[in-house]
Amino acid sequence: MLLITCPWCGPRDESEFSYGGEADIVRPPEPEAIDDAAWADYVFMRTNTRGLHREQWVHAHGCRRWFKAERDTVTYDIRATWPMNEEAP
Amino acid sequence: MQSYSIFSLARHALSGHKNWRPAWRAATPRRRYKVIIVGGGGHGLATAYYLAKVHGITDVAVLEKGWIGGGNTGRNTTIVRSNYLWDGSAALYEKSLKLWEGLSQDINYNVMYSQRGVLNLGHNLQDMRDIRRRVNANRLNGIDGEVLDTAGVKQRVPFINTSADARYPVLGASWQPRAGIARHDAVAWGYARAADDLGVDIIENCEVTGVRREHGRVVGVDTTHGEIGADRVGVVVAGHAGVLADMAGFRLPLESHPLQALVSEPLKPMLDTVVMSNAVHVYVSQSDKGELVIGAGIDAYNGYGNRGSFQTMEHFLTALIELYPIFSRLRMLRHWGGIVDTSPDASPIIGKTPVDGLYFNVGWGTGGFKATPGSGWVFAHTLATGEPHSINAPFSLERFHSGALVDEHGAAAVAH
Repeated sequence: MLLITCPWCGPRDESEFSYGGEADIVRPPEPEAIDDAAWADYVFMRTNTRGLHREQWVHAHGCRRWFKAERDTVTYDIRATWPMNEEAP
Repeated sequence: MQSYSIFSLARHALSGHKNWRPAWRAATPRRRYKVIIVGGGGHGLATAYYLAKVHGITDVAVLEKGWIGGGNTGRNTTIVRSNYLWDGSAALYEKSLKLWEGLSQDINYNVMYSQRGVLNLGHNLQDMRDIRRRVNANRLNGIDGEVLDTAGVKQRVPFINTSADARYPVLGASWQPRAGIARHDAVAWGYARAADDLGVDIIENCEVTGVRREHGRVVGVDTTHGEIGADRVGVVVAGHAGVLADMAGFRLPLESHPLQALVSEPLKPMLDTVVMSNAVHVYVSQSDKGELVIGAGIDAYNGYGNRGSFQTMEHFLTALIELYPIFSRLRMLRHWGGIVDTSPDASPIIGKTPVDGLYFNVGWGTGGFKATPGSGWVFAHTLATGEPHSINAPFSLERFHSGALVDEHGAAAVAH
């Protein structure tokens, strides 16, 4: 089980959290101005990084707040966690 | 090829089993091949075999970064079935199941395909409506299936907890009699041996490190054994499809997740079928050695670490005890994880890519083993002709642009 540090509640068991997938995916500001391939890239395509991966978690059974994390997808080590609206430390 | 039979077994017994030849050659890579298949798992080896056998293309190399049978082919829970809801999936998995039925004879290797049937349990009224719809859809597609009530389930698996006050009462199940389990290692070894016999080079410990392209067309691959040229390259990998796509310069709608499984201590024969449950999410069968083979869902997070988290295991073991109180004091012998590439619609991607001459057969998620023969068969057609077979046409990468998804989430009889 991972030990995840919620930016507000501190280190807690993984079972308190839900996973929110890849972070920093920005919705195209003008969806009607882009073609199907660009829209598909936004909706479906993922970097699926092997190594340090920026992702989203929510402290579902705690403070219920979302945050970002940088985690190694091979060793599962979590380098850092930080609130959604802040820059990575 | 040395034929395997009761007579060859007896003949070799007389010489103390000292003269068996290796099942396939340890090939050294040539400079160039007509077709290179990246990934020596069951799907890749099946592709090579059907390329040689059905299409007469034997100038083929299978590049495997580890050893044959060391990837997900040897890590799954060996369930084979074809009771998928949508027409596209039904055609693909049923093609596969038909090939399973004759596979041991076809490749002269006993893959121990045991058609012991699969039960998919329903625990509430909506489950049962979905089961009826799916069984009807299956029968219209020529796939066997029946709807059982609680008594029908109890008759097949007497120790299942069917009491009405269970947290998730068993209201019934779908039953596919032709489904079953197979010996996963034998599938890899059998296809490797049969493909090798037809002239395919199987190159182990050869990792692909780059995809060579010229003018938008694939011309070969870089490997740990040097550069190897090819007219066409078929990528048939699990767990690292995104890494290979990155080498070729495009993105895939896949995410890699750990999928865990467990094997118990051996028991006397007690479970002669496969039981899967969507709602409490566990599936179990009994191997010929007597061990219970137990699996469930993926870990939620992306991972390449060949292991998952403890609470995922705890989740499917509590489901196991809920359904089968008789297993409560059972000890588990082995536990492992593999990495599966999950797609947004829980269906694979089999076909062309943005690079000419480069074809992908990836994204099988949690259910690739059952499709091994059919996947190889359609992908061999795709590699031989340059175009998808009508069976794998719905599974193109373009479906994520057009929106014509093959949405098998839940529809596939289990959650993905």
